[in-house]
Amino acid sequence: MELVEKPYAKAFIAYASKRPEVLCLSADLTSSCEVDRFRDQYPRQFLSCGMAEQNMLSFAAGLAMEGFRPFIHTFGVFLYRRPLDQLINSIAYPNRKVRLMGFLPGITTPGGVTHQAIDDIAILRAVPNMTLLETGDATEVETVLPVADAVDGPVYVRVLRGQVPRLFSTPFRFNDIRCVREGRDVLIVTAGITTEEAMRATAALEAKGLSVRHLHVGTLKPFNREQFLDHLASVRLGVISLENHTIVGGLGSILAELMADAGVGRPLVRLGLKDTFAHGASKPYLMTKYGLDAMALVRAAEKLAGQALGITQDELLAVRLEAVHSASKAEAL
Amino acid sequence: MTRSTQAIADGIRRRVFEHTIRHNGGYLSQACSAAESLALLYNEVLHLGPSTAPAIPRPFPGVPGPHNPDSFTGAGYHGPASPEYDRFFISPAHYALVVYAALIEAGRMAPEGLEHFNRDGSSVEMIGAEHSPGFEVTTGSLAQGLSMASGVAWARQRRGEPGRVWVYLSDGELQEGQTWECFANMAFHRIANVSVVIDVNAQQCDGAMSTVGYMGDWIARLRSFGADAVEVDGHDLTAMRAALSRRAEDRPVVTLMRTSPYQGMDAALKKRFPRLHYVRFQSSEERRELARSVAAQLGIPNPEP
Repeated sequence: MELVEKPYAKAFIAYASKRPEVLCLSADLTSSCEVDRFRDQYPRQFLSCGMAEQNMLSFAAGLAMEGFRPFIHTFGVFLYRRPLDQLINSIAYPNRKVRLMGFLPGITTPGGVTHQAIDDIAILRAVPNMTLLETGDATEVETVLPVADAVDGPVYVRVLRGQVPRLFSTPFRFNDIRCVREGRDVLIVTAGITTEEAMRATAALEAKGLSVRHLHVGTLKPFNREQFLDHLASVRLGVISLENHTIVGGLGSILAELMADAGVGRPLVRLGLKDTFAHGASKPYLMTKYGLDAMALVRAAEKLAGQALGITQDELLAVRLEAVHSASKAEAL
Repeated sequence: MTRSTQAIADGIRRRVFEHTIRHNGGYLSQACSAAESLALLYNEVLHLGPSTAPAIPRPFPGVPGPHNPDSFTGAGYHGPASPEYDRFFISPAHYALVVYAALIEAGRMAPEGLEHFNRDGSSVEMIGAEHSPGFEVTTGSLAQGLSMASGVAWARQRRGEPGRVWVYLSDGELQEGQTWECFANMAFHRIANVSVVIDVNAQQCDGAMSTVGYMGDWIARLRSFGADAVEVDGHDLTAMRAALSRRAEDRPVVTLMRTSPYQGMDAALKKRFPRLHYVRFQSSEERRELARSVAAQLGIPNPEP
């Protein structure tokens, strides 16, 4: 599997440097959000806002009122927790074109509870006028900028940084669910970093005779209801969601709501953080500890199939280990 | 300028007073404290073009969103958004009644517009929102207005527009952390085309500000956050004119208007202090008594004979 170094850094320079109306805002996490080279090369388009997210969000709203398109770069958690009121009243209600680039989604940080955006989808999904996107690989990180910038209103994007695997060869498409695998027994729905985990599991499941249909979701709001229900109708046993987020209000909840609204009574297993905070540790450790990994998916598939498949860790594709401290990350957070 | 600024200030007090009596409640003390500053801004200081909005405000057009092309803001009452003109942002949205009265007195809205105040389906809302006359942004959650205005100001400064950005603040908003984040950000980015006017009436929802939160030396605090700040008597038009003409090369200018929440109506309101944030009446006798004494002090006919 190809690993791409800092895909966002290059993509943002390529996109924003051609568009003077795009402004890059940062709250003291410039290199951590991979826009330090952009800052150095295009200082007229860069605005340091300091550690002051409440002002930054309302300030960005004012910039957007005047025809600029601010892209705010900070960790996702700092975009929607402390400044949620500013996000709602300054940005979402007036439907301003502010692009909220949220780094370190879910448990992709050893920074612990203060740094882990594990409830961002649940909270922002409840905010009218918001669009929610999530990147799942290097290609999506490279191609999400024009998709986000085409939205007529505010957008929150879960962005992957550092060493990012390339899973897809086609660009991010707005509100289009990717069908990664076309099986007939179990439907697996993933987003963000859990897609790579599902790919580790699906080969082993298929080898044991369980046919898996695997969907990757990049657009969480709006959500492509018809595509999902069509895929659901073509599997035999039911659906499993696996998300880098609490199972309250995120991807699994979205699927449950769609199924209930459509009157589709099918088994649904929701995998993710089970209404718990996490703590600070490496991504693979946390994914195993909280059941966000390939093995959790295997166990859920066995549950739906009503039989143990006897899959061991050795039969899953190897875990891809990233260095916690590496040149592709400006700091350990 | 066809009317004197004091006449406009008196008109603001009178309209808000009559409205409060008629509707058994209102933001009366804000009219008392803000009448001179708003009258001066609209009548002499702000460089605004003529209103582009209907004299009688249109009904609420629905919330903004990608599927509602009908939504509008109330900024048109402040004239066109052209490079040479100033922009005026009202941050304490609960001053809306006072702002509407000021728009009427300044000839920017029809007197009949006030009849839509706080009516179901109206854009003339009790707490002004971005569709309300005179409002461009939704500032009911206090302290966001200054930050949004500073974004507008940065953009205008970048484009070299001569028009200034004016922000009207209430002193209670100085309790919010965002206000200080914003002043620090304006200093850092040398945003110099912003003039902030603060109505320091020293009272807030819970009563006297000194009983609610720490006030401290705001002039010193504003200056240490990189703003040019002075204090004047907010009912002394001559002093206010001089203060509002200040400009700075590399920083916003702030004028603290020391005001009284019962200025012009102290015969009736002083004894209610500090319970003045929203004046309502417990009995018809109380309303009649307030109407009588205030009308006498304002030198106008009693609206509740």
